[in-house]
Amino acid sequence: MGAEISLSDLSPGIKATIVALHGGHGFQRRLRTMGIREGKTIIVVAKQPFGGPLVLEVDGKRTTLGRGMARRILVRWEG
Amino acid sequence: MKRIVLMGNPNVGKSVVFSRLTGANVIASNYPGTTVDFSRGRMKLGGETVEIIDAPGTYSLEPSNRAEEVALHMLQEADVVINVVDATNLERNLYLTLELLERGIPVIVALNMWDEARHVGIHVDERALEELLGVPVVPTVALTGEGIKALVSRISEARPSDRIRPVTEDERWVTIGAIIKQVERVEHRHHTLWDRISDMTITPLTGIPIAVAVLLFAFLLVRLIGETLITYVLDPFFNSLYLPLIERLSEWLGPGILHSILIGEYGTDINFIESLGLLTTGLYVPLGAVLPYIIGFYFTLSILEDTGYLPRLATLMDTVFHRLGMHGYGIVPLFLGLGCNVPGALAVRNMEAKKQRFISATLLAIAVPCMAQTAMVFGILGPYGFHYVVMVFFTLGILYLVVGIILNRFIPGESPEIFLEIPPYRRPSIRAVAKKTWMRIRWFLGDAIPYLFLGVFVVNVLYVVGFLQWLGDVLSPFMHMAFGLPGEASIALIIGFLRKDLAVGMLLPLGLSAAQLVIAATVLTIYFPCIATFTVLIKELGIKGMAASASIMVATAVTVGFILRIILLGV
Ligand SMILES: Nc1nc2c(ncn2[C@@H]2O[C@H](COP(=O)(O)OP(=O)(O)OP(=O)(O)O)[C@@H](O)[C@H]2O)c(=O)[nH]1
Ligand SMILES: [Mg+2]
Repeated sequence: MGAEISLSDLSPGIKATIVALHGGHGFQRRLRTMGIREGKTIIVVAKQPFGGPLVLEVDGKRTTLGRGMARRILVRWEG
Repeated sequence: MKRIVLMGNPNVGKSVVFSRLTGANVIASNYPGTTVDFSRGRMKLGGETVEIIDAPGTYSLEPSNRAEEVALHMLQEADVVINVVDATNLERNLYLTLELLERGIPVIVALNMWDEARHVGIHVDERALEELLGVPVVPTVALTGEGIKALVSRISEARPSDRIRPVTEDERWVTIGAIIKQVERVEHRHHTLWDRISDMTITPLTGIPIAVAVLLFAFLLVRLIGETLITYVLDPFFNSLYLPLIERLSEWLGPGILHSILIGEYGTDINFIESLGLLTTGLYVPLGAVLPYIIGFYFTLSILEDTGYLPRLATLMDTVFHRLGMHGYGIVPLFLGLGCNVPGALAVRNMEAKKQRFISATLLAIAVPCMAQTAMVFGILGPYGFHYVVMVFFTLGILYLVVGIILNRFIPGESPEIFLEIPPYRRPSIRAVAKKTWMRIRWFLGDAIPYLFLGVFVVNVLYVVGFLQWLGDVLSPFMHMAFGLPGEASIALIIGFLRKDLAVGMLLPLGLSAAQLVIAATVLTIYFPCIATFTVLIKELGIKGMAASASIMVATAVTVGFILRIILLGV
């Protein structure tokens, strides 16, 4: 079992598994319909500086997501 | 008439399918949120004429912005839905598919991007999918037209599904998981060159220098195309062919009101910008001065759109736009607005919050000159030296930031973070770029020429009745004090409501100094949008929102004009 951390703390280039989504119902739905779901493997491709958004890769597809939103995604990283 | 609505996630190819089915042209680009309003078209289906509707993309049937609301609204009108699905992204696309099927609407699924799926090693068993969903599934490549015939031939088979029943959201995901397991096989795939380029353009360290280079290159390309067309095509045409013709017409007409309206004042030299006749200024401004830059701009924009670079730029710029109360997607209205403010103002629908839309639209109207106006500013200020042109655009750039920061501070409401799908890079097809550029040129001509004619005509009439001279006199003290401009410059402000390019041209005969031209051109951008943009803004912001926005515009124009006056002309 690796450590569970929030996605915003995951370093770029490291594979992790999405464990849980927090936040409002609508927000969770949006995450899932954009491919960000529990059990998926996720990689942070890039982090924009000054608290800017993250670029994620799930299933070979990329998404830009605000830092605050990323805090509400819990991932397990096989370190 | 039977109504068939195209529904699907953003950027899956609905608009390309629409063009294929109807032969009508709509804009398609490689970023989510291209279509923000519906378009209607027709096609023959088994001897019957049916209506096809292209709707904005949506991820689910619970809208999260105004564009998605439009999509939902169109769904109410649907007799049949063609659900366009991205085959390379099947899993998440199926969420909307299931929601549609659960509603019991007759559906047919177009499994689009079939070429890309093959290319990246994603195999979908369309027969099995058809079996599981209980509605027809047809693989398509909208871009080449492959599979479209099969799609059309099977529309009549669209039916409500007898396999899918309404369930809870969690159960829906379980169903999707089960379907994917049975129909999809993904080959392991190595990172390609495009992937590596994608990484480089979105990582700040390499991405920002690349962005600067891309934007600089884009700017140079617009200028190169514009100037080349002017030097080698339009100037020779207007000066060597058209001018002699007009001169002959002038002789033949002789002095009189007809001459004034068609050509300009009799007995003076014909000047295509200053003469203010329908056949001189009315034709030269849109065709001779503006069109070449419109061609350059839209060609360049189409390439940026079709490669898929814009969402990357939105990501890199997000932090800046966040300070202005928007998020990175704000570059889309900005870029579209640099061509024409109207599509720019419509694109604000993709932003989730009212505050974001208000700020984006207001900044667009204040600080983003359309290409028609930009071309004229280059035209009239360029001869005095390029640094004068820079002054105008530098002021506007600073203004975009400063007003944005201020509005962010004072406009109440939330400003959600960016949440944007980054599409894969695609090689723009020459044909698609040419077609898109041509479509936009036609819209420009269709919009610009009538308004320019109207503008020239109105000026002539108001001169004849003496209204403009009177107005110039009345406003003279104000114009002088606030902006250091003669009273007649107020006439340009009034005409600017009809066409800003014409208004900039009208500054020329006033004999202003370069510094005065800088002030006038800047104020002309800020003070108010043209009528076409104004109409759209009322629709997007509501009357009250527009009134607030307009007060900000006028206040900003007076403030900035006055500051420029102090800086450039002294007290
Ligand atoms: N390779 C490939 N590209 C396609 C196909 N269909 C569409 N495209 C491209 O995909 C991009 C998106 O197409 P659009 O038709 O604008 O997508 P849309 O679904 O209307 O998007 P929104 O209006 O934003 O919801 C464009 O760059 C198209 O050229 C296809 O079958 N294969
Ligand atoms: Mg579209």
